[in-house]
Amino acid sequence: MLTLLFDGIAYGMLLFILAVGLAVTLGLMNFINLAHGAFAMAGGYITVLLMQRQGWPFLACLPVAFILTALVGAVLERSLYRPMYRKPHLDQVLFSIGLTFMAIASVDYVLGSSQQILQLPEWLKGRTEWGEGAWTLGMGHYRLFIVAVCAVLTIALQLILTRTRFGSRLRAAVDDQRVAAGLGINVNVVFMATFAMGSGLAGLGGALGAEVLGLDPGFPLKYMVYFLIVVAVGGTSSITGPLLAALLLGVADVAGKYYIPKLGAFIVYSLMIAILVWKPQGLFVQRGGKA
Amino acid sequence: MSSTTNWRWWELLLWCGAFAMPWLWAERALVINEIAILALFAVSLDLILGYTGIVSLGHAAFFGVGAYSAALFAKFVHPDPLLGLLVGAACATVLGAVCSATILRGSDLTRLMVTLGVALILLELANKFDGLTGGTDGLQGVVIAPLFGRFAFDLYGQVPATYSLGVLLLLFVLARRLVQSPFGATLVAIRDNRLRAMAIGIPVAQRLVVVYTVAAGVAGCAGALLAQTSGFASLDLFEFHRSADVMLVLVIGGTGWLYGGVLGALVFQVLQKAISSVTPQYWTFWIGLFLVVLVLVGRERLVRPWTWRFGGQRV
Repeated sequence: MLTLLFDGIAYGMLLFILAVGLAVTLGLMNFINLAHGAFAMAGGYITVLLMQRQGWPFLACLPVAFILTALVGAVLERSLYRPMYRKPHLDQVLFSIGLTFMAIASVDYVLGSSQQILQLPEWLKGRTEWGEGAWTLGMGHYRLFIVAVCAVLTIALQLILTRTRFGSRLRAAVDDQRVAAGLGINVNVVFMATFAMGSGLAGLGGALGAEVLGLDPGFPLKYMVYFLIVVAVGGTSSITGPLLAALLLGVADVAGKYYIPKLGAFIVYSLMIAILVWKPQGLFVQRGGKA
Repeated sequence: MSSTTNWRWWELLLWCGAFAMPWLWAERALVINEIAILALFAVSLDLILGYTGIVSLGHAAFFGVGAYSAALFAKFVHPDPLLGLLVGAACATVLGAVCSATILRGSDLTRLMVTLGVALILLELANKFDGLTGGTDGLQGVVIAPLFGRFAFDLYGQVPATYSLGVLLLLFVLARRLVQSPFGATLVAIRDNRLRAMAIGIPVAQRLVVVYTVAAGVAGCAGALLAQTSGFASLDLFEFHRSADVMLVLVIGGTGWLYGGVLGALVFQVLQKAISSVTPQYWTFWIGLFLVVLVLVGRERLVRPWTWRFGGQRV
């Protein structure tokens, strides 16, 4: 029981790191980016390739995955995404589906369609068990590591958002772009930095999750739904909303697959539809906030 | 009004040409059948996306339900194609009526998510109840009786193609009638400005429910046609890429224009055949590139080549 809960939380934390960039871009630019999973895939592949071909240690790969994906994100934002912000949602959806298709086919072409295997270092392979009987808490070290990294990142994000000058600019731009621009905030730079951060976090999440979620060229489409659920259910006005939604989703998914394997992801999707019919703007939106 | 509702000469010519195609060009009859089905599917999406402005990423749900119910009906109840078509359409219509409650509120993202979610749920269900649907192997052994008791569905695809074209024409005429009626005008009003539409007294929620249900029924017909003419139904019908493909089809042909679906289906199938004969595995790359370029150039301008010369001008 507790083991399940723990696995669910680890999974949820991972989803949060993967999806938080999407939440910010959606809240900031009102842009529906279905290609977000492609950035996560990029991070995963960078890590796997560095470890397999160059023999880099796992820990060294993580920051590289973050930085490279963030760079790609910044370049794409400047060149391709920016003209899309003012277009209707249909155009954005088509555009980002197109990017996703291209990413999938390119990875398939260059690296093949087989599942990539990430060799974890020895110290992350073990498993610790506490307690007795039904209340046994078994924690895989790697999942523990994921939870720790994600918790640190979440706290760091929260601090950046609430304590720094960049954070207050970002919040101002999310609340009202035009007034923020009028106050002398360079909204374009804020957009680009945020987009790069979001992509980088997705890349890092992809690198961390390559072992748990599996990594193959179909990754962006397979998990696109999950990222979107996190954002749609959590709302885009804060980062606590997506965090809670991701934890809920992680626990529901792991528990659902364990207790009722016959129905699998069915539970998650039904839960999402029920929540969205009940609260179309997401569960954790403050009254009066920007929807 | 009469100037837009009258049939023009080129429309009659187009349809006559379409019906002659399977017989004049017999070796391509199977492809023509596929184009007709895809066109019908795209027309149904056009009703909600092009005319009403609901962005749906899960339109394959209705397509798949129509296909599975028609196939199951033919297998277990009665093999008559027309009855099966009605059953497929009826099931999809009922599902559409139920689901229409989910698209009334919220933003585009919310709608995107619930439509996508419905398709995914159906995919899961079809996968898990493999006793009935055959699971990942697909539903096999569907035998369809001859049309009107006389014209058997042959392997060359001439009868199926004519059958699909006939259904397409019938539903196209009905859809055309629908969008040119005052009802259709209110849909366009809702698409252009929902708040104002509400302010002048259009019952927005009711209109959305009706059009979503009708579109679901039409998509169900398209699915039923596919299941009947191929004698097969598989999980692939519910997949995400099918919803994305039909959206692409509609966008190629142009939204908010019923011939857009037909034209788009034609172009899409020809493109798909051409590209996949060159690179069978990676044709999604070219489709993706096409989408990106299309949106960057502006999809309004694609079907209007005379606007290309004025670079960057907004249409």
